[in-house]
Amino acid sequence: MAETLKFVDNLKKSAMAAVWLAFLTLPIMVIRVDTTEKIVTWRWMHLVYMLAGSFVLALIWHFMMDRRDRGASLRDAGEGGGDSALVRFLNNPRVLKPLLAFGFLVAVAFPLVFSMYQTNILISALIYVVLGLGLNITVGLAGLLDLGYVAFYAVGAYAYALLNHHFHLGFWTVLPMAAILGAFFGILLGFPVLRLRGDYLAIVTLGFGQIVKLVLENWNGFSFGPSGISNIARPSLFGVKFTVQQDTTYMYYIMLGLVIVAIFVTARLKDSRIGRAWLALREDEIACQAMGIDNTRAKLMAFSLGATLAAVMGAVFAAKTTFINPASFTFMESAMILAIVVLGGMGSVLGVILGAFLLILLPEYMRAFSEYRMLIFGATMIVVMVFRPQGLIKAKRKVYTINTEAA
Amino acid sequence: MEQTTNAVLSVRNVSMNFGGLRALSDVDLDVRQGEVVALIGPNGAGKTTFFNCITGIYTPTDGDVLAFPREGKQKRINGMRTNHVCELGMARTFQNIRLFPSMTALENVMIGRHCRTRAGILGAVLRGPKTRREEQQVVDASYQLLKKVGLEHVANDYARNLPYGAQRRLEIARALATEPFLLLLDEPAAGMNPQETLELKEMVIRIREEFKVSVLLIEHDMKMVMSLSDRIYVMEYGKVISTGTPAEVSADPQVIRAYLGEESDA
Repeated sequence: MAETLKFVDNLKKSAMAAVWLAFLTLPIMVIRVDTTEKIVTWRWMHLVYMLAGSFVLALIWHFMMDRRDRGASLRDAGEGGGDSALVRFLNNPRVLKPLLAFGFLVAVAFPLVFSMYQTNILISALIYVVLGLGLNITVGLAGLLDLGYVAFYAVGAYAYALLNHHFHLGFWTVLPMAAILGAFFGILLGFPVLRLRGDYLAIVTLGFGQIVKLVLENWNGFSFGPSGISNIARPSLFGVKFTVQQDTTYMYYIMLGLVIVAIFVTARLKDSRIGRAWLALREDEIACQAMGIDNTRAKLMAFSLGATLAAVMGAVFAAKTTFINPASFTFMESAMILAIVVLGGMGSVLGVILGAFLLILLPEYMRAFSEYRMLIFGATMIVVMVFRPQGLIKAKRKVYTINTEAA
Repeated sequence: MEQTTNAVLSVRNVSMNFGGLRALSDVDLDVRQGEVVALIGPNGAGKTTFFNCITGIYTPTDGDVLAFPREGKQKRINGMRTNHVCELGMARTFQNIRLFPSMTALENVMIGRHCRTRAGILGAVLRGPKTRREEQQVVDASYQLLKKVGLEHVANDYARNLPYGAQRRLEIARALATEPFLLLLDEPAAGMNPQETLELKEMVIRIREEFKVSVLLIEHDMKMVMSLSDRIYVMEYGKVISTGTPAEVSADPQVIRAYLGEESDA
């Protein structure tokens, strides 16, 4: 009974929404003024499309909302878990292990099977996986909203580009230097924003990102300005000469290795004493400090570890494209990486990986819809935030085994 | 004033000004080893401000706060950072519960162990035998603490899903996990029914014996305060107006006036 009532109610609401939307879009959808012929055409069929389309969409929307609310009340009644069947299926070690092995094999075989073009796209996606994992430490675990994350990416890229240009240092020499520089810049940003949180922190980090970009754009003597730096050396392998195809494959394997290291490091950090301190910091700063956690240290650690990963990726990016300029380090990049973290699931390593692949690969393979890219992007974000605010994959919590006998 | 024997906390002439407002003026207070001391007073008397002054959240404008940790010698802790005060061995709970809501009860207690453990980034990433042993010790010790406050059955529940009384007890367990010599409880019985208050009282007594801690608590529940405390300090308008055993304090005309108004036959 209540179900049917609800359905009728939804029908009514959807009809209202459809009528309103059709009315509001009437001038642009139906009326067409041809200024050269000086005639007005009335395209009434468009009104029908508008009504039908918005009605169906609204109905689906209401249906989904009801489902969500019912799910939420069920979850509240039960325990805090509420994992979907898929997540439970994936968490089963007998499923997960072979799946991981299979994934690894595919990843290793990829450049041998697919074209250079495909491999290059995948390298980009892998770069974003690591960037996402890095930002996940700062935003997802420690809860410090960093909108200037791309600045650290730029630091790494320019570190390699400039050192290579001026001193002809190789990729493998600069990689650790970029990591250290990244950590240093992370701390540099971390110090002034220690007391800030939430919106204020977001604004200051946003400013930091802009400062770095503006410096790179305008300090011609240092960074060669908007024209950027070209002819950056690709990574070497004991002086072996590679063709472009082989270079790409080599780059891919380097990236694959770095991704595995990044996953390993972030997953372990998350489940450690430090990761726990970050979570506590995210939950309640005052209580966290009152319980003996050094907030300053925890925050600086989160900032600098995230920045380290970004800077390493920056060096890889510079080596991959052999050309960089400030246009690669705009706020859009920061927003993109943040979207990866939020969409994938804050604090969830698996979620961030999935998010990076979705947000980087889908636009590549759906070039046909590239005009609608931002529209689809925005709509997807809204839908995800409404229906799965915790992200596609919820952060998995470590399960502790307790020695009950211990005294 | 002379040094009180076997004190664990000794507060001398502490004042706290917020701009022109004097929230505390010349407060003296001592907590001795193994004592339960209560701080009472009408709302707005400055009790929580006092707590914030001795735990490093505020820096007192004037005076000395001296702590006497179990090992090591006396330390002036005015303006010391909150986490260092906690590391020194003074752990607190909050008037409006401040747990970590989306962490489990066990994890909440484990956070308390943070300042007594050492694993760093390298340890976390490599997860060697030393780190693993330390982690397991943290888990086990935290579980034992949950047991002490009767919450072992909800160890894996999120803190936000626990009933109110359980959240209060969890806060105490979390504070105990930092191995304090002095436990500071800010209105632990607030919002509890008489039965829960009674259980809480028994728990505090048990904890004092078992962990050899001293307790300083702010409380409004007179029945609990009178039966639990060894000594009581009464505050009004930022000043200590009376101090002594429960019997002495409850007979003090100044206290009666502060609580019940001028004309009273209580």
